[in-house]
Amino acid sequence: MNIHEFQAKQLFSRYGIPVPRGRRADSVEEAVAIANELASSVTVVKAQIHAGGRGKAGGVKLAKSRDHVEALAREILGKTLVTPQTGPQGKVVKKLLIEEGVSIGHEFYLSLVVDRASASIAVVASREGGMEIEEVAAKHPEKIIKVFIDPTIGYQPFHGRRVAFALGLPKDVVNAFVKLLGSLYSLFMAKDASLVEINPLVLTTDQKFVALDGKMNFDDNGLFRQEDVRAFRDLDEEEPLETKAAEHNLNYVKLDGTIGCMVNGAGLAMATMDVVKLAGGEPANFLDVGGGATKETVKEAFGILLADPHVRGVFVNIFGGIVRCERIAGGIIDATREVRVGVPLVVRLDGTNADEGKRMLAASGLDLDVADTMWQGAQRIVALAQKGRA
Amino acid sequence: MSIWVNKDSRVIVQGITGREGGFHADQCLGYGTQVVGGVTPGKGGTTWVGESFGKKAPVFDTVRAAVGQTGANVSLIFVPPPFAADAILEAADAEVPLIICITEGIPILDMMRVKRALIGKSSRLVGPNCPGVITPGEAKIGIMPGFIHRPGRVGVVSRSGTLTYEAVWQVTQRGLGQSTCVGIGGDPLNGTTFVDCLAMFERDPQTEAIVMIGEIGGDAEEQAAAFIARSVKKPVVGFIAGITAPPGRRMGHAGAIISGGVGSAADKMAALERAGVTVVKNPALIGDAVKDLIGGRPRKVAVRSRPSPRRRARPKAVQPSVTAKPARKRRARVS
Repeated sequence: MNIHEFQAKQLFSRYGIPVPRGRRADSVEEAVAIANELASSVTVVKAQIHAGGRGKAGGVKLAKSRDHVEALAREILGKTLVTPQTGPQGKVVKKLLIEEGVSIGHEFYLSLVVDRASASIAVVASREGGMEIEEVAAKHPEKIIKVFIDPTIGYQPFHGRRVAFALGLPKDVVNAFVKLLGSLYSLFMAKDASLVEINPLVLTTDQKFVALDGKMNFDDNGLFRQEDVRAFRDLDEEEPLETKAAEHNLNYVKLDGTIGCMVNGAGLAMATMDVVKLAGGEPANFLDVGGGATKETVKEAFGILLADPHVRGVFVNIFGGIVRCERIAGGIIDATREVRVGVPLVVRLDGTNADEGKRMLAASGLDLDVADTMWQGAQRIVALAQKGRA
Repeated sequence: MSIWVNKDSRVIVQGITGREGGFHADQCLGYGTQVVGGVTPGKGGTTWVGESFGKKAPVFDTVRAAVGQTGANVSLIFVPPPFAADAILEAADAEVPLIICITEGIPILDMMRVKRALIGKSSRLVGPNCPGVITPGEAKIGIMPGFIHRPGRVGVVSRSGTLTYEAVWQVTQRGLGQSTCVGIGGDPLNGTTFVDCLAMFERDPQTEAIVMIGEIGGDAEEQAAAFIARSVKKPVVGFIAGITAPPGRRMGHAGAIISGGVGSAADKMAALERAGVTVVKNPALIGDAVKDLIGGRPRKVAVRSRPSPRRRARPKAVQPSVTAKPARKRRARVS
């Protein structure tokens, strides 16, 4: 799960990590009111969307006066920002963060991330703050500092000192940095984060650290014990069909193609997308209906697939394991009778009692094709979808 | 022979009185696995009875008590995510040699502590978020459907569940069977890795070929490729799911995400190909690829003594027939 910058900064504040003074605004009036409160010589107006690259897309601007804040808030609110992370359709700005300006001495990069390979927390830091870290890593890998923290030992001041001295921090701010990194680590562990990123972490001209930006991602599997993080969820930032699917315990990811896929199991669901592509089609989605594939789940799944206007055909690929194919076939038949599919439908059933399941599908009188293998099924649905369009 | 699991495996099920745990304990017993007990804190001293096969198992309050009383050497875990890390650590504390955790949805920070805590311990963890381990005809310790397997000479290792069943079924339908199938799980942090399984299959005299099923996310397949190039002489067929998956999106499994430029299917396939693995692009052709590699050959026992340079040449010779042959056949049927 992702959250907004202003939410990440609220968490930073709670853990003693310094952030600029400021608040979220949902309207131009609120933006002006907050700017009046802040009464700083420079005010920053920042678009709040779940995507990086906002600055270059015109979503972060400096205002020199209250009138300027008003003009910028009017300009950015409601604007569609297109950044490399939003996709070509962009994201509409519905919230702003209004902050005081900070006098920048130096900009650093600092993040904590779960490192899969070493089963530890990696601290990633660089003197090259304010830039995309992937860019720095590609061009100047020697400018990236990495320190790994064993979670069974936890953060120790030496971790902080290693990073601080590698960054070449002035001696009199090293202790402040060691404390800041410790706070960041505590926040990360306490909230089941998967990423905390401060880019840039500013050392001000008067030698104080300030998190000028803040980004946090969280482990979905940890959300059950993170009530306050769950409260940060912003449905405006999520694909509505994905939200709906999640409500029914379906794992759905919308893609750009035309062949809807309904599969049991995540690995097989990915493989099904791949085989559709190999057959000359483009998958419209990833959809894992789970092991059960009952009438109810199949019905909900059809509803979600068919709500995508680009879908020209649906490929159901089920490998029956413990759940037998005749039960799954029953679910598909019942669901298909209740939902008007309206596009070509190919069903491939294999595994436990597949023959019985296929016989039921064939005898149902429903307008669907039955395939024996996933390759045959993929080729069939791609051909049917193309014919339908012609 | 087989790896890790065989007819002598004595299994306890942590969470045996739960719905999932009970159902699958029953199914494992039905397959012939020795399920010798269960653990549910607070229900110690009771007897669990399976619904389909009517078999019984004593329930204990702690893993230590269960192991002490039954001599179990495997623990199969069905404990819900909030309590699963504790359950794994309890099994490791009781020195259970093999711990298989089926549970999906364990927080990654919990797994990080578990993985660290297991270093230097005698226990091996398989999973979490996996279908388990099966040695066909001997023992099924997990949630996979038993009947799709057949005793044989192909070792299978995979990050997935149903996709593994698909591959196993293809292998079985082509007249071959499996030595052992290991589901290592779809989480970003897991106990047993591809490399662990490959090393065991390489040593196992029954295993003549290996099927390795990976997917997007992380670099476990790249590490496996490096290991294969160095230390595996048996033929390996590889498939990587998710060539169509966009970066930054999690595809069902917690670990299936391309992030920070790491974990794409194309990179993994390339690494495996460089290591001499027969990489199949079409998941429907995994069985055919295995058959092409070992199907026609008589069983060879001294597999390890084969000279390694042959392996470099193999993919070039085999792969075109794998991808082209069946495609040609079926294309004619459709058009």
